Amino acid sequence: MTSITIQPQHKDKIVAQQQALQDPNWVRWGLIFIALSFITLFICGPLFLVIYQALSKGLTAYWTALSEPDTLSAIKLSFFVALVTVPLNTVFGVTAAWAITRFDFKGKSLLTTLIDLPFSVSPVISGLIFVLLFGAQGWFGEWLVEHDIKIIFAVPGIILATLFITFPFVARQLIPLMQEMGNQEEEAALSLGASGWKAFWAVTIPNIKWALLYGVLLCNARAMGEFGAVSVVSGHIRGMTNTLPLHVEVSYNDYDVVGAFASASILAALAIVTLILKTVLEWKQAKR
Amino acid sequence: MSISLFDISKNFGAFSALNHINLEVPEGELVALLGPSGCGKTTLLRIIAGLEHTDKGRVVINGQDKTDQNVSHRGIGFVFQHYALFRHMTVFENVAFGLRVKPRSIRPSNELINKKVHALLELVQLDWLHNRYPDQLSGGQRQRIALARALAVEPSVLLLDEPFGALDASVRKDLRQWLRNLHHELNVTSIFVTHDQEEAMEVASQVVVLNHGRIEQQGTPSQIYDHPANAFVSRFIGQTNVFDLDEHDADWLQTAGLLTPKQGEKIAHVRPHDIIIEKSIDNATPLATLKDWQHLGALIRIELVKNNLNGLSDASVFAELPNDKFKELDLARGDKVNLKIRQAHWFH
Repeated sequence: MTSITIQPQHKDKIVAQQQALQDPNWVRWGLIFIALSFITLFICGPLFLVIYQALSKGLTAYWTALSEPDTLSAIKLSFFVALVTVPLNTVFGVTAAWAITRFDFKGKSLLTTLIDLPFSVSPVISGLIFVLLFGAQGWFGEWLVEHDIKIIFAVPGIILATLFITFPFVARQLIPLMQEMGNQEEEAALSLGASGWKAFWAVTIPNIKWALLYGVLLCNARAMGEFGAVSVVSGHIRGMTNTLPLHVEVSYNDYDVVGAFASASILAALAIVTLILKTVLEWKQAKR
Repeated sequence: MSISLFDISKNFGAFSALNHINLEVPEGELVALLGPSGCGKTTLLRIIAGLEHTDKGRVVINGQDKTDQNVSHRGIGFVFQHYALFRHMTVFENVAFGLRVKPRSIRPSNELINKKVHALLELVQLDWLHNRYPDQLSGGQRQRIALARALAVEPSVLLLDEPFGALDASVRKDLRQWLRNLHHELNVTSIFVTHDQEEAMEVASQVVVLNHGRIEQQGTPSQIYDHPANAFVSRFIGQTNVFDLDEHDADWLQTAGLLTPKQGEKIAHVRPHDIIIEKSIDNATPLATLKDWQHLGALIRIELVKNNLNGLSDASVFAELPNDKFKELDLARGDKVNLKIRQAHWFH
């Protein structure tokens, strides 16, 4: 008897809970509609347009645009910049995260804030800082001219600006994770006779690897896609200092629609690959 | 291997965690560092291990000064409070870690590592779990794996930080017994940290009581219990009734059969089992009234209210009687009783 009387009460309770948590139908569908139309309008639409415009004169025109020497050089430069900056910032990010989570020192909170600086400063300003430092009229300008070193309007300037813009990504991913993990596993490794270096590779890295890869991925995406800061320091010299995003702008300004959108399609493809890898990494991290 | 500490001091900023600690742990002992939280016991253990630097003093293990030696070269085994098992490695790899990171010249062969790890896992009775990951184990299992991992490198000294702290009561009881037996078997000098006096008394052969970064007393469990060096130790090591002569307890204590103390001593600590209860028949000057009692299994804890001769205080006094004795007395709540105090510890 009791079980029979209890069951409906229990059901009522569940229904009541559902009602308390769920908004009316029109609110639900309304919100879903708004979210979906926003995504369609501002993400799927432009993506479709990029592909449509890139292929508007046919596949042959697309390939011709991509195999132009200036486009190829822009692609090469973008990859080269990423190849230099991403490893450097990976090392920097791990070092900074290690210092912040493992040691107590004066100025620690200042360092934590400074890591976020590139996120809070406009990229154009970041670029300008480098022009002010290394440009012909800048602080080190005279010395650089005397020694015949070119930084601004050359590849080193692009690399410096990209380094600055992308340095928070890896550290930002690692700091919360390493804070949560604590250092007991590393202490255990040391007490078992491992050297600090060995403990780092055998214990720390396996524990942080998915977050580290995630940070590297974001860092790479930004390194290849950065426009503002690079635009200020590069000088837009075709075939020399044009990265892929800059090349898109230059081509577009020259009314070379297919060229601009063909280059843009590469960046879009990069974004999609990044998104897929990001999802995989998030899934791996959650599984850990 | 013996451990000697000379004049160890450690400060964290303005907080003084350890003050001039001198300690001698003879070979083969199982020593408990006992004290309330914040007394410096874990810091002391970490200093012995080399996980923490001492500001002053020397750490000597088996006659060798290890003060400036790195933790990885001290040859100690450390079991962490939360085990700190490597979460991305199987149980087998966890235990094998200490052998695998040995320099190539003294590293055992894979075959030997295999044999040794399985032997250790059998020692802690968990060989059947060798290919599980730490998050698939229960707390007690993790604890034993952590111990097996620490033993793999054949440490000269085994250090355990609150080894039973994170376990539930029944598992804790079993593991205490097991740890003591294991120590008998291996006979490696061991120090463990605990805040639980019962645990210290039950497991250790030597107990070191710490408070505010100082050693209050060191001795065997019975020395500590029967001859506490001071009021702190007496109170910390077990339940005790505190009587203060300045608070008009003198006459009452004398009637209860407690002789006057030596010059200057005015605080008496009386263990609950040192109080004998008799039913008051004539009801002339009963010393106490029975307020309540609780079953503690074999013992009954009795709460008495003191009938002060001057009628002032009504503080509770606790006594403990064996179950059968209590039944014999046939007492009810509100009954007047007389007391005899068998012995007390006097402090200044």
